[in-house]
Amino acid sequence: MRKYWFLTLLLCTSLLSCMSGTSSGSAQIGSDGGALNSGYIQNKGSDTMVNLALAWAEQYQRLYPDVRVSVTGGGSGTGISALLNGTVDIANASRAIKPEEVELAQGNGFTPVEFVVARDAIGVIVNPANPVQKLTMQQIAQIYRGEISNWKQVGGEDRPVVRVSRETNSGTHVYFLEVVVRMGSKTDKSIFSPDTLLLPSSEGIIAEVSDNPNAIGYDGLGYITPQVKTVAVAADDQSPYVLPSVETVNAKTYPIARDLYMYTREQPRGAVKDYLDWIRSPEAQTIVRELGFIPN
Amino acid sequence: MNPSQAASHEKIGERLIVYLIRFAGYLSIIYVSLICLFLLKEGAPALFNVPLSSLFGPFWYPIEGQFALWPLLLGSLTVTIGAALIAVPLGIGTAVYISEVAPRWAKEVLKPLVEILAGLPSVVLGFIGILVLSPFLRRLLGLPTGLTAFTGAVLLGWAAIPTIVSVAEDALNAVPRSYRDASYALGATQWQTIWAVTVPAARSGILTAIMLGIGRVIGETMAVMMVTGNAPVVPSGLRALFAPVRTMTATIAAEMGEVANGSQHYQVLFLIGILLFIFSLTINLTAFAISNRRLKRTERLLS
Repeated sequence: MRKYWFLTLLLCTSLLSCMSGTSSGSAQIGSDGGALNSGYIQNKGSDTMVNLALAWAEQYQRLYPDVRVSVTGGGSGTGISALLNGTVDIANASRAIKPEEVELAQGNGFTPVEFVVARDAIGVIVNPANPVQKLTMQQIAQIYRGEISNWKQVGGEDRPVVRVSRETNSGTHVYFLEVVVRMGSKTDKSIFSPDTLLLPSSEGIIAEVSDNPNAIGYDGLGYITPQVKTVAVAADDQSPYVLPSVETVNAKTYPIARDLYMYTREQPRGAVKDYLDWIRSPEAQTIVRELGFIPN
Repeated sequence: MNPSQAASHEKIGERLIVYLIRFAGYLSIIYVSLICLFLLKEGAPALFNVPLSSLFGPFWYPIEGQFALWPLLLGSLTVTIGAALIAVPLGIGTAVYISEVAPRWAKEVLKPLVEILAGLPSVVLGFIGILVLSPFLRRLLGLPTGLTAFTGAVLLGWAAIPTIVSVAEDALNAVPRSYRDASYALGATQWQTIWAVTVPAARSGILTAIMLGIGRVIGETMAVMMVTGNAPVVPSGLRALFAPVRTMTATIAAEMGEVANGSQHYQVLFLIGILLFIFSLTINLTAFAISNRRLKRTERLLS
């Protein structure tokens, strides 16, 4: 009997040591071992960025077969939590890191480093059967705050408005809250109307908006499919109505656009540094444009 | 090896097996109490750290520190009651049909088919819900959106039916043939026999079936998260059944990944876990109490 106990113990400890070893130790192989461009990089976070991050990872692994990059989604908050808990090397986020999160990180003894890797426009979408073509930021804010509840109030048919949003752990949700619902005001504490549908994925939003003529939703430009209609947005009453595109975002005429970030625990070294340098190179930035995002 | 030695070997082996079985039994009790302790340790601090005005407030909006439990509790309750109203009559009806009425060949086809239905993963159910059921219900009932508590209830009712049918049918089958024969001998019709003899005799098993079904509904996460819209509104009145709700399980599933370990939000999510635990414990205890009471009465009648 005693022998078996010992074996089980051995098995457990070896499993544990494996688990703790995978996340942090391996990425530094590049710098420690001297062989650059080799190693294992864990990359997690924003669902908005997951396709982009995957495309980068695939291309990079084709160029440097010694490097393994694993990409997972889950939301910006999820990625940053994972970075704080030390289970990933790079966190993707479609919003800037919050002061509380920086504080938590500093409590753990490190300061996250920020990289802007691309830009993204957020399109406001409605069902193709909805006659509404354009909205001001003010109107969108009123719709999502629950002050406008019928489409005829913004020039549409007499139909109830069904508000569709991403879950609260999504960076897109937080960005939309700050820039649209609160109109960029720091003192405004208004929140989404409680009857806003919080859907766990971009696909869920597209599915509901493409099916339901009452629905209004928002999503990253890269995720908007032809099944839904993108609405032209004006920053205020005087501004022109603008549809989101690479040109209008770069010309700063489309008002709902944001930076996309990657965070590391400290100044990156070795394989992680090489990867981040490559991501900001012109070659990697062409992938950004191909996927419907805006190159940095 | 003399006989006495062999006997003592046998004894040791037997004792070892008894110990192993006892150990396994205690282990499951230890697991449950450890889970309980863990939930309490992580969740109970929420009661002290989060202002009560927030816990009993009207809004669930964690990124602004608003953690109202009401909308989630009532959301779960709405979906569960709705699903039970759909699944219990249909499930028991199906079980009675399979066990009492159906000809032999139909029985042999139906039972395995129902059990296959039980194996449907809930993500698949959710997918059917989001692509087929919710657009259909929206058009049929003229609702603003098809992602409602009712959609969730129909889907979960569907998920619970196989469990109910399977367990209830076994219970009905276990009723001795002599009960039915006696009933027929007294001149009762088939319907009277089912209603007044077989079903009451199998009552405790049927109750277990219902409870297992409801247990599946409360614990169901994925399908509910996909089809109920997840809007944390406080449901009120009958109309609430046809409006979006946010359930406790969907909240934990959607938000657990994002929270920082030990934060207020994390503790509140564990508090919701405790509530869910209490929820299902109450259901189990009620079922236990009811089925026990029944047993005593039948015993009294039989003696």
